[in-house]
Amino acid sequence: MRHGRVPFIIGFLIAPVTIYVVFVIWPYVQTFYLSMTNWTGYQTKDWIGFDNYRRMFREDVFWEAIKHHAIILVALPLVTIIIALFFAYLLNIGGRSRQGTGLKGVWGSNVYRIVFFFPQLLALPIIGVLFTTVYRPNSSGLIDGVLIKLGAQPIGWLTEKNLALWSVIAVLVWQAVGFYVVLFSAGMASIPKDILEAAEIDGATQGTLFFRVTLPLLWDTLQVAWVYLGIAAFDAFAIVDVLTVEQGGPDHSTTVLAEEIYRNAFQNGKPAYASAMGVALFFLTITFAALTLRVTRRETVEL
Amino acid sequence: MATDTQRKLTAVGHRRPEPQRVKRDVRLFSRLGQVALVIWAIVVVVPILWTFLASFKDTTEIFSSPWTLPAHLRWENWGRAWTKAHIGQYFLNSVLVVGCSVFGTMLLGSMAAYVLARYKFWGNRIIYYLFVSGLAFPVFLALVPLFFVVRNLGLLDTYQGLILVYIAYSLPFTVFFLTAFFKTLPSSVAEAAMMDGASHTRLFFQIMMPMARPGLVSVAIFNVIGSWAQYLLPVVLMTSDSKKVLTQGIAQININAGYAADWSGLFAAISLSILPMIVVYAIFQRQIQSGLTAGAVK
Repeated sequence: MRHGRVPFIIGFLIAPVTIYVVFVIWPYVQTFYLSMTNWTGYQTKDWIGFDNYRRMFREDVFWEAIKHHAIILVALPLVTIIIALFFAYLLNIGGRSRQGTGLKGVWGSNVYRIVFFFPQLLALPIIGVLFTTVYRPNSSGLIDGVLIKLGAQPIGWLTEKNLALWSVIAVLVWQAVGFYVVLFSAGMASIPKDILEAAEIDGATQGTLFFRVTLPLLWDTLQVAWVYLGIAAFDAFAIVDVLTVEQGGPDHSTTVLAEEIYRNAFQNGKPAYASAMGVALFFLTITFAALTLRVTRRETVEL
Repeated sequence: MATDTQRKLTAVGHRRPEPQRVKRDVRLFSRLGQVALVIWAIVVVVPILWTFLASFKDTTEIFSSPWTLPAHLRWENWGRAWTKAHIGQYFLNSVLVVGCSVFGTMLLGSMAAYVLARYKFWGNRIIYYLFVSGLAFPVFLALVPLFFVVRNLGLLDTYQGLILVYIAYSLPFTVFFLTAFFKTLPSSVAEAAMMDGASHTRLFFQIMMPMARPGLVSVAIFNVIGSWAQYLLPVVLMTSDSKKVLTQGIAQININAGYAADWSGLFAAISLSILPMIVVYAIFQRQIQSGLTAGAVK
């Protein structure tokens, strides 16, 4: 068992660790350093301390982006989870057969699950392009085409400043729901049938069955879902970059930090400043994840 | 008739809702639910279906009758998207990059995970946590220096460079998931093989890898879908038009279609990038669902 053990361990670890350190760890470390310099990508770097951060906090676009993250952070998980929970419940527990107490999903559960899940497979940029055509504000758009046929005014889903961000969130919900239906279904499938049946025999209504029995037993999965959707809310680069006008417009009304990092680093020639934004984004994400896990911590129900 | 009796009974006042009422309540709930399910299914399917229809229309039809069937199937739109808009090229680029990077990720990831899961040595925990910490960091934090690292290595705008970067960013999850998986495998088989004089390397490739197949399949599916959808990394690292991957390419086509007003070509391009996913999903539906959700449950 011992012969050739050390060379084997080193041989197996050397390639993955090298690639990982060079392309992941080293850039992460450098970002913190770069954010404290005035580097433009070409000349030498000067240490300027927190100047980039001070500038960032004074910039309106930065706060715009933070505000959008906050809105997405609340709306995306809330809407997605409510819709997905409702559907998952229907597909697994809620649609009881007329005769007797067999707890099962509504008719056609599997078909719904397959259809709902499909958008998850499509890459966000492809979905983004798909929805630029759906939202197009003339008779060639899917929605406005109907509105015009009905004689109504077309709506500028992506060009209206107050509406654009919500149009973006709607697309994110459209994609996410199916995944969480499947995730919650898996969670509900692990709830022992006899618990639900016992509750039913005791006369529990659908409401009680859902809120008092299913939901508490699903708490862990919900927590995971919230963290996942929250992290997605802090990214949103692909969808904003592809879907919105002027990449984050109109007039910065849909911009997110990721978009601003990209713009500053690769279009405005301010990589050091972009790095400071990267650090800000990192702390926001970490704080959110830690807070969520903290706040939502509850006694796990032991079965 | 039944409801009449029921109403009377309820009027008498039962503490516990008796079966009849529960049943009606159930039926109403699942009726409403059915309607909601159908609506959502329409919301999911219609944009996709509508895109496929529009891909066969010409510009006049797209603007004048967005909701009718095309007069005839204009396959030339698809041809134009495949050749002139380079969807074919972008598609093959994506296949190449995703194929190579997922193969590399699975090989390197399972090697690292196996050693970390089953061998005790100094530094084991450090390396493990080094990998796992990568799960907590957004790619954006690394973006700017990453660009310069890749450039300084002379790998900017090369497939090799993009593949290496994909591998690097897929490793944290792969190592995390597979380490847990390798730990669950029984050690008796490994010990027996060692007794028979198998080397560590042979043990890994011929015995442990086949035993770990279910876990490997889940992670591979997860990585394929993740890399296929990757947008940020190629946008930053691949600049020349002929080397773009599908996600990048379709965004480019979207912009170009705006200038050229070639809307039917754009619809065809979208359809062409959705179609393979429908085929893949039809074949591997079960594995894909469980592979993707397994990632979230762990």
